[in-house]
Amino acid sequence: MASSIRVRAVESGGVTSLKALVRHPMDSGFAKDSSGNVIPAYFIKLLTITHQGKEVFVAHWGPAVSKDPFLECRFKGAKKGDEITISWVDSKGESDSTKATIG
Amino acid sequence: MIDQRRRGFLKGVLGASVVGLTVGSGLIPLRAQAAAEVANWPETAFKTPGVDATISELYGMEAAESDQISMDLPTIAQNGAVVPVSVETTLPNVTAIALLVAKNPNALAAAFDIPEGTVPFVSNRLKMAETTDVVAVVISDGKAYKATQNVKVTVGGCGG
Repeated sequence: MASSIRVRAVESGGVTSLKALVRHPMDSGFAKDSSGNVIPAYFIKLLTITHQGKEVFVAHWGPAVSKDPFLECRFKGAKKGDEITISWVDSKGESDSTKATIG
Repeated sequence: MIDQRRRGFLKGVLGASVVGLTVGSGLIPLRAQAAAEVANWPETAFKTPGVDATISELYGMEAAESDQISMDLPTIAQNGAVVPVSVETTLPNVTAIALLVAKNPNALAAAFDIPEGTVPFVSNRLKMAETTDVVAVVISDGKAYKATQNVKVTVGGCGG
């Protein structure tokens, strides 16, 4: 199965810029389906980015984050060729994780 | 150029899933760790209406206005379901950033931990039900600062 996470990280001048796009419905719990039933809240709660075992960015998300969330962050101390891991856990306890190489 | 990048990206994804399979036996401790981290998810803050009450619940203090926080978001959003919001600050020793949407049923949209070595910058896309203030909160040197910007949401795109 293809990963739910697309990530690209580029190092320039000592700063790594990371862009990630995650496929997830991020249901708010306020919307209704076509027959008028409330769609229960279902969203990513935690997204973590690690570099060499160290957390470089942690996002605590609520249901107001858009569907298929996009995130951009920047951190220092990494170089081209280093591996980063990005992982998430959602409100149903499901999770996914992927690795990427800094370019 | 774009095709090349895409191939590189696909390779990365395939490689990652193979690794995922080979370390399958390690999945349980990973899950347990994730569960522990989710336990730190600020449940009450995510259920609090109102900007000031949420900041107080999340960080246990009041936030002072700061002109050293710059926010980048559209002044008019045609689709309130996907509003790009970026925050950057020149404040020193930043440990956390939060994004709040004043008129959402619960104000807190996202709270970020900024470890040492991470640039105090974040870009995220948020949902907002109606025209509202968006508030960025920054924790710098253990104190809370905030900046506010209004976004006009015109669901239906007729400029109303």
